[in-house]
Amino acid sequence: MRLRLPFSPWHLVLIPLSALMLIPLAWMLITSFQTLSESRHFPPHLLPSGLHWENYPDAWNAAPFGRFFVNSLTVTLASVAGNLVFCSLAGYAFARLHFFGRDVLFVVLLATLMVPFQVTMIPTFLIVKDLGLVNSLGALIAPNLVTPFGIFLLRQFFRTIPIELEEAARMDGCSRLGVLVRIIIPLSLPALATLGIVVFLWTWNDFLWPLIVIASPNESTVQLGLASFQGAHQTNWPLLMAGNVMALAPMLIVFVVAQRYFVQSLASTGLKG
Amino acid sequence: MIRRAARSEHVSGWLFVLPAVALIGLFGIVPIIWGAILSLQQNDLLTPPKWVGLDNYRTLIHDPVFRASVHRTIVYTLLFVPISVGGALAIAILLNRRIRFSRFYRTAVFIPVATSTVATGIIFNWLLEPTYGVANYLLGQIGLGPYGYFQDPDQALYSIVAMTVWGWIGFDVIVYLAALQGVPEELVEAAKLDGAGRWAIFRNVVFPLLSPTTLFLVVWSTINALQVFDEIYVTTHGGPLQATTVMVYYLFNQAFELFHGGYAAAIAYVLFLMTLVLSVVQLWIGNRRVYYS
Repeated sequence: MRLRLPFSPWHLVLIPLSALMLIPLAWMLITSFQTLSESRHFPPHLLPSGLHWENYPDAWNAAPFGRFFVNSLTVTLASVAGNLVFCSLAGYAFARLHFFGRDVLFVVLLATLMVPFQVTMIPTFLIVKDLGLVNSLGALIAPNLVTPFGIFLLRQFFRTIPIELEEAARMDGCSRLGVLVRIIIPLSLPALATLGIVVFLWTWNDFLWPLIVIASPNESTVQLGLASFQGAHQTNWPLLMAGNVMALAPMLIVFVVAQRYFVQSLASTGLKG
Repeated sequence: MIRRAARSEHVSGWLFVLPAVALIGLFGIVPIIWGAILSLQQNDLLTPPKWVGLDNYRTLIHDPVFRASVHRTIVYTLLFVPISVGGALAIAILLNRRIRFSRFYRTAVFIPVATSTVATGIIFNWLLEPTYGVANYLLGQIGLGPYGYFQDPDQALYSIVAMTVWGWIGFDVIVYLAALQGVPEELVEAAKLDGAGRWAIFRNVVFPLLSPTTLFLVVWSTINALQVFDEIYVTTHGGPLQATTVMVYYLFNQAFELFHGGYAAAIAYVLFLMTLVLSVVQLWIGNRRVYYS
């Protein structure tokens, strides 16, 4: 039997609050279906005169959005994969293996978490330039393949797994790598999912670093492409909003569908963007 | 046998961490040191640098644009942190009730978390457009405005605060809601039986239990507020009349628009120092007040 909840006066606070959070997105969607002249009208037409779909193909053709998506997806998937592999390896070593210099190394890696990105940004640009990576997707991927945060997260999780499980496998002649792949990883899927989701959100939405190292539209990510799209179509609001909707839709749909996982991941980490 | 096993653990340990250490070394540790060196140089990021000692820092102290940017960054932080963390606490408590449509309300509050900073900026450019924007229309209905928002030097920074609170508050709510799950029902019930009112329960039971979360969010939001950039780049470009040129915007402008690499590196180190000092002070004050169960 479902409990029927009485009407709560708190709805009177929550409804305006939700409106405040949703109006910006709703207004983006509505404007994307308006004509240019309709958008230049005050007071604004709160409902469009019809569904002017043409803004979408127009926006799609006005900038290489397909290219942007492929680039963003490449960079994001490579970063997620790199983090899952390298942070697992390092996290396991820090959690379980006793090797020379381990604790000092761990503290040094953690200390880099304290340093704002702006401090390392200019020298990293010079390093990437020396490596000949400027204006290539490599410049976006290489510095993002591993994060101290991911190492820390996985190390903490790996330490909660009973050591007896590994010892038995070691007795049977399983290598360290075998233990990691066959025993630790399968038991750590929630932590790996958290890391994957956070790196995904973070890389997909990153703006400042691409802005610095990428100059050509061919290598642009969605965020960078969107910013220059705005620069090129200053006040054509319906076109801009259609582009914005296209750029946002995949992430927002994934987020709403998998909200539970996103929320759990963010709650357990404390990171956005 | 035992010694061999121990030696193999040294080898496999280092092999396991090697890729991570190499990457973090190259893109994390080397840049931290290089950045410090850079801040002592005149460096246009192209031609060979020139050593200038502490000149960049000396110039910074007297640079009126830099001083103004520090001031704006602090004003922004002082507004952003209490509004977003305090607001998030209130919203989280509302959403933690057993109430109809709570899934819908939660989604509404969380959805800006997944919205990129660039998209947020473009949306607010349109929303807050002075002539045709819907914000002026809606506020006009209740007799306010019209405002210039991003185009008015006196309102631009506050408009940035409003926009970024919209974009970031959902994250704080997520963290608070997770912490509220950890507040034991029995404690609240016990306080109720003792005749405590709602406010007393919140003040004396719930709030102290949430204090570690509050401290974390205050420190985290402060770090992010000091580094605000994306939304400003997309909306005001630091204007009008430099009204939104915060520290990182000035740093970006110096490094990648004017190619004063050394000077920008010095700004970055001042920012680093500010972040460190503020975090340590907050943790120090906080840890004496926080209740750890």
